Formats: sequence, C-alpha cells, structure tokens
Amino acid sequence: MRTIAFRQALREAMEEEMRRDPNVFLMGEEVAQYNGAYKVSQGMLDEFGAKRIIDTPIAELGFAAIGVGAASNGLRPIVEFMTWNFAVLALDQILNHAAKMLSMSGGQFSCPIVFRGPNGSAGQLGAQHSQAFENWYANIPGIKVVSVSNPYDAKGLLKSAIRDADPVVFMESEVMYGDMGEVPEEEYLIPIGKADIKRAGTDVTIVSYNKMMKVALGAAEELAKDGISAEVIDLRTIRPLDWQTIVESVKKTNRLVIVEEQWPMASISSEISYRVQKEAFDYLDAPIRRITSADTNMHYAPTLVAAYLPDVPRTVSLVKEVMYMKK
Amino acid sequence: MQTPFGKETYLYWYELMLLLRRFEEKAGQLYGMQKIRGFCHLYIGQEAVAAGLMTAINDNDNIITAYRDHGLAIAKGIPAKECMAELYGKATGCTKGKGGSMHFFSKEKRFFGGHGIVGGQIGLGAGIAFAEQYQDTSNVTFCFFGDGAARQGMLHETFNMAVLWQLPVVFICENNHYAMGTSVERTSKVLDIYRLADAYDMPGDSVDGMSCEEVHKAIDRAARRAREKGGPTFLEIKTYRYKGHSMSDPAKYRTKEEVEEYKEQDPINHVLKTITDNQWATEAEIEAINEKIRQEVEESVKFAEESPWPDVSEVYKDIYVDQNYPYIVD
Repeated sequence: MRTIAFRQALREAMEEEMRRDPNVFLMGEEVAQYNGAYKVSQGMLDEFGAKRIIDTPIAELGFAAIGVGAASNGLRPIVEFMTWNFAVLALDQILNHAAKMLSMSGGQFSCPIVFRGPNGSAGQLGAQHSQAFENWYANIPGIKVVSVSNPYDAKGLLKSAIRDADPVVFMESEVMYGDMGEVPEEEYLIPIGKADIKRAGTDVTIVSYNKMMKVALGAAEELAKDGISAEVIDLRTIRPLDWQTIVESVKKTNRLVIVEEQWPMASISSEISYRVQKEAFDYLDAPIRRITSADTNMHYAPTLVAAYLPDVPRTVSLVKEVMYMKK
Repeated sequence: MQTPFGKETYLYWYELMLLLRRFEEKAGQLYGMQKIRGFCHLYIGQEAVAAGLMTAINDNDNIITAYRDHGLAIAKGIPAKECMAELYGKATGCTKGKGGSMHFFSKEKRFFGGHGIVGGQIGLGAGIAFAEQYQDTSNVTFCFFGDGAARQGMLHETFNMAVLWQLPVVFICENNHYAMGTSVERTSKVLDIYRLADAYDMPGDSVDGMSCEEVHKAIDRAARRAREKGGPTFLEIKTYRYKGHSMSDPAKYRTKEEVEEYKEQDPINHVLKTITDNQWATEAEIEAINEKIRQEVEESVKFAEESPWPDVSEVYKDIYVDQNYPYIVD
C-alpha cells in the first residue's frame, strides 16, 4: 500500500468530498493563497478556485458564524482554525449556535459543518498555544468530536465528518502533519463513533487518542519487552464515546490505564473511569489509573514541557503499578 | 395627505401592525397569568419596522433576528396560533415547544430564528447570505439586531467580511434606545449607530422607525442594492419599545414623558389616520378589521390552550439529525 503524509490524507479527504458535493467549501485563515498554515490545503485553491477555498481575516468568531449561517442555509462548510487555541474565540458559535440550531428550531434547521484544525501542544509554544480541548467540546450535546492519530484514520473520518448531517469538531495535531502512514488509493470511509484496537493484548488495556497514541503504543512496545501484553485502544471519536470497546477489553485484561493530553479535571479519562466502573466493576483487578497533562499551565522551557506532558516511561511505570509489579 | 403608497398597502400595514400589537398585548397579559413562562420580550411600539419591511421584501428573502422576535416572525408569515402555542410551550408551537419566546423559527417561511446571544445572529445572517450568493440566487437576507448588539465584536468582524465579499445582506439595527436598561449614550461616544458602517466602507443610513413609509423606502433601496450584487447596507432604524426590556423590567431608567412622546407618533394611529383621511375605508370596514384581529388572537390562545404538551420522549429528539446517536443516559 502507498504511504502518504497526514496532511495529504486530510487534503485528499477534503478534495474528494469537494469533487463529490459542490456545496462543500473550505474557509479559514491562510487556507487559500498561502496554501495553509501547515500546508494541509496546498494546491486546493488551484483546483477549486476562490469561490470554494476562502481566505478569511483573522476573525474566528465572525468566520465561524458565517460558516454556521451558511450551513443552516444549505451549504456544507469546512471551517479551518489555525489552532483550536484560537477557536476559543468562536466557542459561542460552536456551543450556542451550531450545537443548538437543530433543537432550538424544533428540528427545522440542521447545521452540517466541520470545524477542524490542530489541537494540543506542539513543542515549546508556551501557555496560549498548547491546550487540548477534546473534553471541552465533548461536553456539548449537538456536536460530534473526532480526534485522530494517524493518516488512515484522518482521511476516513474526515470524509465521514464532511458527509455528516450534524456539526463535527475535528482535531488534528501540528506535530503529526508530517507523519507518514499507509492510506489506500481507493475510497473508504470510517464511521464516526467507533474506537479502534491498534494493538491487541491480554494483560492491561491502554486507552488514548490523538498524538498521545504514540505514547500509548510506545509504552506497549516497552512493556512487551518485560513480557506484559498491553491492548491499546485508539478512541478516534470522543463524542459519542465508544465505551463498549473499552469495556469489552477491560473484561479481558481486568486493568485500565488512560493516557491523554487533557487537563485532569473533568477530562475524557474521568468519563471513561465512570463508565468502566459502572459497566465492568466486577472485572477490575486494580484501580483505573491515568496520565494527563499536568494540572497547570504549559511553560516554555523544554524541561518543563517534558514534565507537563504524558510520556512513555511514566506510562510504563503506571502500567506496572496496576499490574502490581512495583510498589 | 399625499402618499406614494396606495390603499392596499396602508390597509395591509394597519392589519399587520394591529395583529402584532394585539398579539403582544395578549402575550403580556398571559405572562402575568403565568400561562407563558421564561423570558418574554415584547415588540409593542416597534411594529412599523416589521410592516415597512414586509412590503419591501420578497417571500424568498430570509430574516434572522434576536430574541425580541414575535413581531418579525408573525410578519414573515408564521401563523399567530403557532406562535402563541410556542409561547405556551406546546407541541403545536412553531418550534414544537423547544424554542419558546426567544427562538421562533420557520424553514418554510425562511425565518432563521430568534437568537438569544446578543449579536450572535449578526454573523449568522451574513452566513445565510453567503449561502445565497454561493448558490447564485437573488434572495436577500435581512439581519436584525438591537442597539446593544452594535457594541459586540461580532458586528465589526461581520461587517468587514460582508463588505469584502459583497454579501447580499441588509443589516438592520432596531435602535430602541436602550440595551436592556442602558441607554445608547451610556455605551458609546458614537450615537449615530449607522455611522459604524463608514469604518467598513458600507452604505449606511438612519431611518425613522415610527414610519412604515420611511422603513419601506430605506429597506427597498437596500434590498435592491443587495439583489443587484451591490453588497450589504446598514440601516439604523430608530424605533421605541413602549414596554420594558422584558416582562420583568419596570423600565425605571426612562421618563414617562419620553414614552408618551413616542406614543404620540404611534405608527398604527398614523396609518389609520392616513386611511381615514383618504377615505380608503369606512368606519365599519375598520371595525371589521379590528374584529378579525381580535378573533385571530383569541383563536391563537384557544389553540394554545387546547394543544398538548410535547411528549417527554422529545427530550432526546432534534439534538442530532443522526437518529441513532447513542446518548449517555446514566
């Protein structure tokens, strides 16, 4: 199978859907003439023209609203945020308008829109450019939240998101756009709402998503050297949460560790922990444990960035704790 | 009195404004009886804006507004009984009892809501217009907001893009002089709100909102400009609400004299005087209109009273188009 970059997988998803449906268009900062701040939309202006690949002013609230309004009147916008950190300015439109359009109108006006862009930290970017927002959006009824970890999933899920009749928040990562991965030439879609077992195992379940999947898979690799078989689940969709896949795995492994980039309070791991204790209480041989970002703001120095984020050694160590292999 | 508008127009204006007035008076009364709950913002005093608008636009044109939405919704064609049922929260309401007073919608009538976040609908209106331009229609979108919303960042971001992209939208600020209890003078040095358009190279105009004629003329000019691909216009329509901001507002921030001054310019009285001066209707014919409206409002109340509440299963409906969405239920 051919291998392509993450950014190309995303681009192919958008290009294929734009060829398929003339009502799909892309708008955002630097998406057209500049070819995308992270080159995700490179070449799309040439193929689709300025009517469908639209550079916006730096006005997240305003262009998000224009997207939501256009979606309510029959179009299927893809709104790119340069980062989800900036999308906070547009939260009113996502939370108060896109997510509520269908219900406030008694089912009359739907809002088929995709908000997408990179999420989470990306090196030494300081406090305002390093936040992961999955749990913020996952709290909102009326939207779906997708957060992808590799090119194959990115393409299949973005295509599904663009075709979805409901608003979808789609989260990528600056540090993954260059990642290479196998993506078939032929068309495929991945359904929203299905987690994926990325590595099968029997001793412990590790759940993660987005770029923390690298930590989860890296830890599983290390653990294998010690004879520990970890099953690694990539959530891929955060809302709706495919908790059944997690529960089935935990019933087999009896242990659960969650690795995520959220802050700990009211995070995705909080919700997963609730669900697993409710659905699989008698199957647990150890407390559910997690590694999140530090419950602080991100600082700049490389030592502080490393200390803030989940990593492989701490994940390995935590798994060994739930295996009762160390004190 | 000489007027470029004819008998039919005046009779239409009279009947429409009287319906809006009587509907709102009844809504206020029912609110006092706790038949209507939640927040409730009445349109009384501002009827000439809706009337002048309706004679200047087409059926396929779009309207979006804020939470003071009863008047524009009824004017655009949502039946009064569906509006009253919505105020009651009944299943037969214009949004099935899900929106309430602040969120009237009708896809059929191209009424894009009733929105409750001040200024949020300004960008939505531009987006609705964006879709019309994208589909190459000649439909114009009329995007309403109050003087309070003119202070939101949304207005400025939207104006900038609407002009840049020449969107077929008419922005209409219904300046009723008070953002809840705070007067225009207390929130900006710029008292002529229409001049905000100057910063974005958008045509802007100030309009007498107590006059159906002036509202019609201004909206007609702006609509033609938008339809002929001439881009957006900003109209500041100076109007006045006779009642408080919402049902719970005694409006102590303004004088009785000020309210009386506007009531003397009441658009319904003005239109009625034009009709009688021109002998376009007899006293009996006017009385017949009054009676028809009285009955329509009474029937709307009867309809609302007799309609069922939404079934509790509706809690989990209309959140997603996706019928199989797996809600977390425990």
